Amino acid sequence: MKKLLLILSLLVPTLAMAGEGGNFPAAPINMSDQASLQRGAKIFVNYCLSCHSASVMRYNRLKDIGLTDEQIKKNLMFAGEKVGDTMMVAMDKSEAKGWFGATPPDLSVIARARGADWLYAYMRGFYRDNTRPTGWNNTVFDKVGMPNVLYELQGEQRLVTAPDETGKPASHLVLDKPGTLSPAEYDKAAADLVNYLVYMGEPARAVRTHMGGYVLIFLAFMFVLALLLKKEFWKDIH
Amino acid sequence: MREHVNKSLTSAVAWIDERFPLTANWKAHLSEYYAPKNFNFWYYFGSLALLVLVIQILTGIFLTMNYKPDAGMAFASVEYIMRDVSWGWLIRYMHSTGASMFFVVVYLHMFRGLLYGSHRNPRELIWLFGVGIFLCLMGEAFFGYLLPWGQMSYWGAQVIINLFNSIPFIGPDISLWIRGDYTIADATLNRFFAFHVIALPLVLLGLVVAHIIALHEVGSNNPDGVEIKKHKDPKTHIPLDGIPFHPYYTVKDIVGVVVFLIVFSCVIFFAPEMGGYFLEANNFIPANPMVTPPHIAPVWYFTPYYSILRAVPPLFNSQFPGVVAMGASVLIFAALPWLDRSPVKSIRYRGGLYKRWLTVFVVSFLVLGYLGTEPTTVWGTFDKHVILLGGADRATVVARFCTAAYFLFFILMPWYTRIDKTKPVPERVTS
Repeated sequence: MKKLLLILSLLVPTLAMAGEGGNFPAAPINMSDQASLQRGAKIFVNYCLSCHSASVMRYNRLKDIGLTDEQIKKNLMFAGEKVGDTMMVAMDKSEAKGWFGATPPDLSVIARARGADWLYAYMRGFYRDNTRPTGWNNTVFDKVGMPNVLYELQGEQRLVTAPDETGKPASHLVLDKPGTLSPAEYDKAAADLVNYLVYMGEPARAVRTHMGGYVLIFLAFMFVLALLLKKEFWKDIH
Repeated sequence: MREHVNKSLTSAVAWIDERFPLTANWKAHLSEYYAPKNFNFWYYFGSLALLVLVIQILTGIFLTMNYKPDAGMAFASVEYIMRDVSWGWLIRYMHSTGASMFFVVVYLHMFRGLLYGSHRNPRELIWLFGVGIFLCLMGEAFFGYLLPWGQMSYWGAQVIINLFNSIPFIGPDISLWIRGDYTIADATLNRFFAFHVIALPLVLLGLVVAHIIALHEVGSNNPDGVEIKKHKDPKTHIPLDGIPFHPYYTVKDIVGVVVFLIVFSCVIFFAPEMGGYFLEANNFIPANPMVTPPHIAPVWYFTPYYSILRAVPPLFNSQFPGVVAMGASVLIFAALPWLDRSPVKSIRYRGGLYKRWLTVFVVSFLVLGYLGTEPTTVWGTFDKHVILLGGADRATVVARFCTAAYFLFFILMPWYTRIDKTKPVPERVTS
């Protein structure tokens, strides 16, 4: 009975956790795929970094994902910064607020705040909406201030609302004008970008999980030794 | 050579002993502190709480070296620790995980008290010091949570400080005095930092010392709830069921420490956010006084009390009754030694009434804890046709029942512990 209660009490938080973040399909990302991370970094500096800073992310940190200082300077830096600088934007914050209705948020830890799945859905959720000042809206972020900066790649989508099998109104996106990438290629690019954003949210993550394995192996040895030591001392206690 | 070294060591210790009671303290608290030989699983959590305290202080020192208590710099300085400080991410995760693990360990330590009557005569003061430690710990957690200056830091503090607003007449002035500004701002962050890194840790350390000195004065309780000092060896005056804390319990506690470190490391290295329970996703958005998050939930260790706060209905549009109930739900632990009238201490010899009430209490605590992490709408509302409850949030109704059960466990304790059918208590500890 006591043991049962103990097990139940340990299960409660696990069950509670299982219910979270299930609203969006899982983003197909792979943190150990360096090519994907590098492609994501390239999309990030080319498209996002014009408006969104990553004010705590240093360019030379990208050595983590297999780049050299030279490669970073040549391919990813355009405004004459130093390679040890953080990713700042030149755009004035209050002007940006005037243009978009909201200051574009810093993206350093956006993946930790929003989660990869939300970001993936967001990057694929833009559609044309002429009632919005920018002409764009988003299925996961209604009335978003940001226009679809990747529309050249993705093309233009339209939101279609029609009753589903059960007769309830449901909406889905239809590609009106194709972009330079096919839908499958665009999804892959979006996944690369999200992969990079997740990496940038916590660059130490790879070291952390790598080290964790060794720490646990060490502690497992320690456990055996500690147990043997305890048994040795306690054999004369009855 | 060896003899020579031994001799110099002995004379060095003798030199110290003439000036400071080193050997006497070593004996009184370790090598000749006799603890009951029948400690079980539940007796690991005291030493583990001490371990976590040391972890929090050490990691805290290194975090303080790099953290900036400035509303404009705090959020970025935490990320600086995570990225640019050598091993900063490890130190920070140890500290953030340590905060949650402190509560895990302390809740289990307190539950041990409820199981075996560790709060009963002659250990009332140990218990009171312990309640003081628990209050300090809650203060530490609350003040510390503002420091990362994320959205949850900001709005969590906002919710708690606004509770003081509900105090009749002087409430708004008190919350203004706590904040040091008309909103939570730089001044608030600075004073919370001061409380977190120096004021409360000092009080906490003092209370921990008092807790241990009081414990070593009366001696440890045990799963049988019998006093081992009643049966001493007539010649040596050592309790017959006692064994020296060192080496027996030091080597045993090392096993506990390693198991704890395994759990601790699993969180730090593989799930530092613990699914949003140890580090909340919204706290990775910098504090913004202009944007209120849609759902403000406290960190898991505060959620049972937060649920009680929400469960109590407002009176004359004032939240004050809920605030009083929340305060009472924490402070009522201090009354426990005098509420419990059972002739026996340990649950092993108590009757079914206490066992049932304790189960009701634990279940209520867990349900309240879960509900506190969710919005009150989590279970929907009762159907309109249900008598009395029609249209009410299911979760709120359940939280009210659990709040009532939580308090009844304490309020009815003098009654049900007195009439409970207890079993005979053995003279000596059982193995």
